[in-house]
Amino acid sequence: MTVLDIIHYPDERLKQESENIESFDQSLKDFVDDLEETRLAGPGAVGIAAPQVGHAKRIAIVDVSGLKKPVDNHGYLLMINPEITNWEGMEKGREGCLSVPDFTGNVIRAEKIKIRFQGVDGEWTEFETHGYEARAIQHEIDHLDGMLFLDRLVSRRTDLFQRKSYK
Amino acid sequence: MKSWSLLTLVGADQAGIVARVTESLAAADCELGETSMMRMGCNFAMMLRVSHDNQDLDGLLENVCADLNLHLHVDEDADGACAITEPDVNITVYGADRSGIVAEVTNSLAAAGLNIIDLETAIAGTKDKPIYIMTIEGQALQGVDALNDAAAKISKGVELNIVPIQTLRA
Repeated sequence: MTVLDIIHYPDERLKQESENIESFDQSLKDFVDDLEETRLAGPGAVGIAAPQVGHAKRIAIVDVSGLKKPVDNHGYLLMINPEITNWEGMEKGREGCLSVPDFTGNVIRAEKIKIRFQGVDGEWTEFETHGYEARAIQHEIDHLDGMLFLDRLVSRRTDLFQRKSYK
Repeated sequence: MKSWSLLTLVGADQAGIVARVTESLAAADCELGETSMMRMGCNFAMMLRVSHDNQDLDGLLENVCADLNLHLHVDEDADGACAITEPDVNITVYGADRSGIVAEVTNSLAAAGLNIIDLETAIAGTKDKPIYIMTIEGQALQGVDALNDAAAKISKGVELNIVPIQTLRA
């Protein structure tokens, strides 16, 4: 396995829309292994998308299971041709990106999403997720659409008062 | 050899202040770092970190400041490479307006290890019943629990919401 080079904005490839994966072959499996190796080499990265290594294909990885402060999660997620089919709620959170070193900023994302995607053999999976994992998935799918978190920054003054959680 | 300065400019608000000031700096090959500029009441306030070739910034901005009636203050900013500090806690505060809210809240939280990175306040509500609103981003140097304990002791009528920031890196 190889750690691939992360490309950084203003590299124009980060602003391109990626193409669907049509064939689920060995070269796809090899690339996915390299992409995960690359994610693990990026300090503390909970996700990575193929365009971040200059590969304009709809492939992303999210894994928020290893955080110091644990969050609800579905473990390691390899998402090929992912689609968000439902959004609910809004939440402000702070994000950074391997492709935009030395900057973090506030972004508003859907709090809860329904997601469907294919695995490495082409099989479809669909589930709902929320919170931090949902945020990470939205961040990665943005990469596949040529969007960076910089495109969604909100002003320091834009504040959503946090709702207290009632059970 | 480039050096850094911190410029503070304040004056009555009018259109074009940012454009004129930054145009003068750019024309003299000064480069901007972090800046913060905002309207406060009827004033406009700017703080800019500027990298330059040991230039006389007071002289450079003299005409613009005279034209726009701006007060300029220049500080040397030797710590140009100061490490970026990231907030790990977000605090919102609000309550019926009275004197001393900021002092009480920030003293209690400072004693519990809060290092403030960014703080803004506003007055809202109706004229006869104004409310005071404050948002803070900071570092909880003794952890968020310590801040919650301190918040529990703050006077009634002031609402505090303390929410950890879990920065996503992807």
